[in-house]
Amino acid sequence: MQTSHAMAEVPGPAPQALDYLNADYGIRSWLFTIDHKRIAILYLLMITIMFVVGGVFAAAVRLELLTPQGDAFEADTYNKLFTMHGIVMIFFFLIPSIPAVLGNFCLPLMIGARDLAFPRINLLSWYVYMVGAVFGTFAIVAGGVDTGWTFYTPYSTTASQTNVIPAVLAGFIVGFSTILTGLNFIVTVHKMRAPGMTWFRMPLFVWAIYATSLIQMLATPVLAITLLLLVLERGLHIGIFDPALGGDPVLFQHMFWFYSHPAVYIMILPSMGVVSEIVTCFSRKQIFGYTFVAFSSLGIAVIGFLVWGHHLFVSGQSAYAGMLFSLLSFLVAIPSAIKVFNWTATLYKGKISWDTPMLYVFGFIGLFTIGGLTGLFLAALGLDVHLTDTYFVVAHFHYIMVGGAIMGYLGGLHYWWPKITGRLYPEFWAKIAAVNIFIGFNLTFFPQFLLGYLGMPRRYHAYPEEFQVLNVLSTGGAPVLGVGYLLPMVYLIWSMRYGPRASANPWRATGLEWTTPSPPTTHNFEEVPVVTQDAYDYPAMEKKVA
Amino acid sequence: MPDHASGHALSPHRQLQFESYEQQQEAATFGMWAFLITEVLFFGGLFAAYTIYRLKYPAAFQKGSLTLDLYLGGFNTAVLIGSSLTMALAVHAAQTSRQKALVIFLAATLLLGSVFLGVKVIEYGDKFHHHHVPGPDFRWRASDRGPAQLYFSLYFAMTGMHALHMVVGVVVLAVLIVMALRRRFGADYFTPIENFGLYWHFVDIVWIFLFPLLYLIGRHG
Repeated sequence: MQTSHAMAEVPGPAPQALDYLNADYGIRSWLFTIDHKRIAILYLLMITIMFVVGGVFAAAVRLELLTPQGDAFEADTYNKLFTMHGIVMIFFFLIPSIPAVLGNFCLPLMIGARDLAFPRINLLSWYVYMVGAVFGTFAIVAGGVDTGWTFYTPYSTTASQTNVIPAVLAGFIVGFSTILTGLNFIVTVHKMRAPGMTWFRMPLFVWAIYATSLIQMLATPVLAITLLLLVLERGLHIGIFDPALGGDPVLFQHMFWFYSHPAVYIMILPSMGVVSEIVTCFSRKQIFGYTFVAFSSLGIAVIGFLVWGHHLFVSGQSAYAGMLFSLLSFLVAIPSAIKVFNWTATLYKGKISWDTPMLYVFGFIGLFTIGGLTGLFLAALGLDVHLTDTYFVVAHFHYIMVGGAIMGYLGGLHYWWPKITGRLYPEFWAKIAAVNIFIGFNLTFFPQFLLGYLGMPRRYHAYPEEFQVLNVLSTGGAPVLGVGYLLPMVYLIWSMRYGPRASANPWRATGLEWTTPSPPTTHNFEEVPVVTQDAYDYPAMEKKVA
Repeated sequence: MPDHASGHALSPHRQLQFESYEQQQEAATFGMWAFLITEVLFFGGLFAAYTIYRLKYPAAFQKGSLTLDLYLGGFNTAVLIGSSLTMALAVHAAQTSRQKALVIFLAATLLLGSVFLGVKVIEYGDKFHHHHVPGPDFRWRASDRGPAQLYFSLYFAMTGMHALHMVVGVVVLAVLIVMALRRRFGADYFTPIENFGLYWHFVDIVWIFLFPLLYLIGRHG
């Protein structure tokens, strides 16, 4: 080591060890990397772009709804705007967000592995995502698509004049990227854990990602075949979903939601995992009810497969099926509630600090609870008839997907940012952004509960004047929310160059990822660690410091 | 977690993220099984659609089934089962380091797979000839034109997806044969052969379900 010897004689900055970021700078070293940490960064880049694109569509939707008349956009244009908002946000942002970025980065580190089981398949999944993104971009640039992100038949197969096939193929292709990621994670969790890292010593984020991966692996293939049949139906009129030929359009809804309801749990479960990590770290306490939190992830994954029919309460499904799906939908609230109660019990008598990740966790717990409870309203058969296809539904799933999933994603991104980049972000601005997002989110979406309850239907570009006050409130919240999202993009990028260097463990957190340098080296661990303790031994950590 | 640090830890086939070659093998096989589960779900969507429409239109499905050539279908079933046998023998040859036998059995599997696909081409051509391909050109004398077309839609979707898997299998087989000719496999390294065998058997099993569901439903009783 001649260089370090030479450096020791020259006064100046300490020599930097090679980490995964500065190991190589060439563009090829990024595009052909098989390092899970670099692939996570590639995903981070892409999903951030997609988030901005989806956000622009959302802004256009809110702009149109500022006034009762459909004056900003034509009705057809408006239909395309909310459709592309949904497609981009769900398929290209929410579903890959936490698994492909934070999961990719943290999972091997957290279980003491040098990489995922199949690093090349991991890179392949990013390229598959990119191919899907090309199709999606083509669908948008060629004039958009207006079916709604759900592609309901027979409208999507016979009536729509827009770019349905490229958009559907985009979803089809990006689905395979999801499958590959999920499969990789499952094999990794089963086969790559460090010695002593038993199942019940795994961090709860790993449990959550594992449960998510199960859904990704089991549900996404059904989406793939459904979308393929849709393409065949639209392209060749084979009759599968066409009532004129004896086919059944409701079968499409069944097959679509068999994937797409579990997909909601693909979006929310990883966030729940992030919350479990953060809530225990910033309460300086062991998580309350570890096994309950771990198994509730699996419980949500399993029951989540049995509730798809609650999207079809008014689609002509039989009354008995409706009752059964209603009951099962109520059941899925139980494991979700178990998590919320265990997080709050973890807070009890904890040494709570109000760092940015914790602000997002508080936001998550509150907003997810509202989103979950209003989900019970919608699971009730009678009430659902009144609320179906109103803004109540829109508000409900935005509380889950934005108030829940994105809050968790941002909390996790801040929590692991020092590990990912080796830099600390400016805490002041981060707190401003978190509060900003919370206020902006509620201002945007809470009025929509009221609008929906009062009967305003979704997916129309014009509405009666009596709804204007609440719509103005909602549109007024959108820029506040937008600024809240813009701030992290600015200060996080800023911190990569100007932020103070992070120590290996700035939060004094437990977990193997914090035993590696920030940022970690390419192969994560010089020696494979041997695990001797349960996760979250914060009391011992506190004693060590005292 | 079992201790992987013994045995073939320094095997030349070990990739860096694994502690030992055994761990790598286990991960690869586990991954293949997981992949096959996703395949079950993928085909499951088609089988679900088939079940629903057959229950809805049993008569049209029987009539559609009767138009298929039982002899070609039966022949292809035998061909595929035979290819599963040669594939299993190929795996055994790899495990026992019999290089020549490995190449022969892989080549036999490839040949049988190609025969299957060739027969499928004849059958598809027959459908075009009789205007039994769903779409504007579909012709059907009986009144249940729509349901009959549904049967043929499912016939093409299911056998088409199956044939696509066969094509992928044949391509991979060609690659494996080249590798086998370069003596890449043996008792110390046969995971790719073994895992491809799992895939090939899976594709065969799908056909074992497709054959009765598509060819035989018109012929009972």
